[in-house]
Amino acid sequence: MANVIFSSELQRLTGEEHTCVIATNYRDLVAELLNRYEKLTEDEILNMAVSIDGEIIHDPLLEAVSPESEVHFLFRISGG
Amino acid sequence: MSEAREYKYIGRRTIRPDGFDKVTGRANYGADLSLPGMIWGKILRSPYAHAVIKSIDSSKAEAHPDVMAVVTYQDYPAVSSGGFEPGDGPTDLCDLARNILADDKALYHGHAIAAIAARTEAAAEEALSLIDIDYEVLPPVMDVADAMQPGSPVLHEDLFTKGLAEQPEKASNIATRMELKKGDIEAGFAAAEVIIERDFYTPTVHQGYIEPHATTVRYDEDGQSMIWCSTQGHFDVRASTAKLLSMDLGKLKVIASEIGGGFGGKTTVYLEPVALMLSKKSGRPVKMVMTRDEVFRASGPGSATRSTVKIGAKKDGTITAMQAKLCFEAGAFKGSPMGPGCMTVFTPYDVENIYIEGYDVVVNKPKVAAYRAPGAPQAEFAAEMVINELADELNIDPIELRLQNAAKEGTQTVYGPKLKAVGLVECLEAAKNSPHYKQALAENQGRGLAAGFWFNIGGQSSVIINMNPDGTGTIVEGNPDIGGSRASMQLMAAEELGIDVSKLNPIVADTEHVPYSATTGGSRTTFATGMAVIEAAQDVVRQMKERAAAVWNVTVEQVDWSDGVAINTAGEDRLTAAEICQGADRTGGQISGRGNINARGAGPSFAVHLCDVEVDMETGKTAVVRYTAIQDAGKAIHPGYVEGQYQGGAVQGIGWALNEEYIYNEDGVMENAGFLDYRIPLASDLPMIDTIIVEVPNAFHPFGVRGVGETGIVPPLAAVATAVSDAIGVRMTNLPCSPPRVLKAIQDTA
Repeated sequence: MANVIFSSELQRLTGEEHTCVIATNYRDLVAELLNRYEKLTEDEILNMAVSIDGEIIHDPLLEAVSPESEVHFLFRISGG
Repeated sequence: MSEAREYKYIGRRTIRPDGFDKVTGRANYGADLSLPGMIWGKILRSPYAHAVIKSIDSSKAEAHPDVMAVVTYQDYPAVSSGGFEPGDGPTDLCDLARNILADDKALYHGHAIAAIAARTEAAAEEALSLIDIDYEVLPPVMDVADAMQPGSPVLHEDLFTKGLAEQPEKASNIATRMELKKGDIEAGFAAAEVIIERDFYTPTVHQGYIEPHATTVRYDEDGQSMIWCSTQGHFDVRASTAKLLSMDLGKLKVIASEIGGGFGGKTTVYLEPVALMLSKKSGRPVKMVMTRDEVFRASGPGSATRSTVKIGAKKDGTITAMQAKLCFEAGAFKGSPMGPGCMTVFTPYDVENIYIEGYDVVVNKPKVAAYRAPGAPQAEFAAEMVINELADELNIDPIELRLQNAAKEGTQTVYGPKLKAVGLVECLEAAKNSPHYKQALAENQGRGLAAGFWFNIGGQSSVIINMNPDGTGTIVEGNPDIGGSRASMQLMAAEELGIDVSKLNPIVADTEHVPYSATTGGSRTTFATGMAVIEAAQDVVRQMKERAAAVWNVTVEQVDWSDGVAINTAGEDRLTAAEICQGADRTGGQISGRGNINARGAGPSFAVHLCDVEVDMETGKTAVVRYTAIQDAGKAIHPGYVEGQYQGGAVQGIGWALNEEYIYNEDGVMENAGFLDYRIPLASDLPMIDTIIVEVPNAFHPFGVRGVGETGIVPPLAAVATAVSDAIGVRMTNLPCSPPRVLKAIQDTA
């Protein structure tokens, strides 16, 4: 199961520091999280970037997630 | 990344394709386009930093014989608050609309209130005085600390702090509170034998681009409207302007002119939606050019900050805890780079216990914009100053202290993922072994050192490579060239195609002639657009091989491609790229490669800077006498332009550290809105900035590239301030270290 680690911001909504999710891609993983945590909203998640196994992705959808994956949601970064 | 390979073109210092045009004045910038029948637009700006706009009467201006249109906020379609994404990140459309032209409140001195288009520039300027505005002046809030106080005048009655445990009932100037933590901060400090805690201040600063914002537009009711402008992201200009005017994207073409500097300041819109509305109302093309004064007062500067950093360590130098409170000014509308500030502040260190809280706070100043590694210079300034003080306190060399605690592959960042291979240790080693670090200091001289980190980003990029019948190629990209990226694209295409750079011409196309490309910024262009170039070049090679296979009546698998030549492995045949392209009409038509990608896997870049200064103890004036910028580029595609990015970042950071600041009077009016009084460093102020390119490849890029444009501005603030502190024996915690401030510090100590 993929290990999803929540930032302090998301912990306010999930009440947990991390959770394990069975999913094969990002879309399914998010669907499971939204189903699992009532306070977590789609807007909240979609406004964040995701790191899957250390690779930061700004517009994720179908990215593969493996049972060994470590997933972090993070503030979206732009630049100057 | 592919296995280590010998490069034929990558790493060469070729002449930039746009260089001749730029040095001869032939290049066309934002203000250089004029159209038949064109008229001029000018903006009336608020004389107050904070005021209710009770009424606007433009009847006298409209009666002026040369005035052809007047525009206010009310002329635009209604927009609702909420995020939309013109480019790299979410933008609040309502805030964007209220920034380009004020609604019911003027929120900073210079805030645009109304715009006029007239037959001449002088007439437009004259007619501005004919607009009558009734203001109710309010007290301005000019400092983040004041803005956060309970009872402070509130800028927006509809702004409620996000990020609190409970939904607040009262409006506040604090837009967002953010928290990041790792480990147990209290246990970390309990384990410390030395703890240092300091407060820091960084001022509002401007990117200092030489070319002011400028645009020429033509609204077309039935066909396609056009915007010509100086921007880092013309697709984002299209998205923002179309949204504000409620237009279809396909009805608007945006052409990016050459750009005379941006550094993040040209990643949003100011003039374009106003000019297009003036054009719509007048039926004429409209040109608008900001004055320097307007650029300072009404474009987006970098955030001022107030920070507190506390670090604990054991006597052997092991850092046990790092804590920061970072308060960022957003300007008149929410959205400072507080988030990246929090994420970067301690990232150069592999420490178990970290706690960071950040605040995004509105004040009566222009809405901030990105400025090179937005948020990181201010945040890491505070952290690096404390690290340097800690090194002194522990009597450990500052490089050794950093090496002992340095982030490296596998370090768990406070913002989430573990770092992949990064080059901080290599940068520190390079600094330690540099001639600069071994050089002795003279009297009144001081030395400072600091590390810096920036994530770098990827994102969408599109490239088309059109091969011509003579075997030359045109590289069509969608990223305005702000730092020599055309040369980098040329080199990467040449490497993949095996065709000499002189035969490949890179051009930056408008929004109609290349698919979507995200803004040039975040150090993404050489990385992400470079990947699109590689993909497009590989597409060209694939087609070349197919054509050769067809000519030779062999399978594609039997065709090799080497040095721009197709080789029939089943025989002796050879076809050059030029020969294939010349006969392309008979083998299937135009050969054109495409690369449309959303690049992932941007590699973070670390830097270490060394700075020596000499302080005039009688005047407080500081001269930088030696400076070395060391940074991990992953792989330097064009070393000359990589060095240029390092030097440019260092120079802007030196300016931030020594002289630059917005100076406001008590009414919230900026008093130094010009380059005579807002002092950016000149070439004559500085020594040669020495550079050392470290190359620890980014595993996610075919050539190992990391972005290099941002990180270079992060270390200078602390490197310079530490050097000044070293020279005068007083810790400089407030920037800039300007002569009056340094002199006062010297005199106070005496």
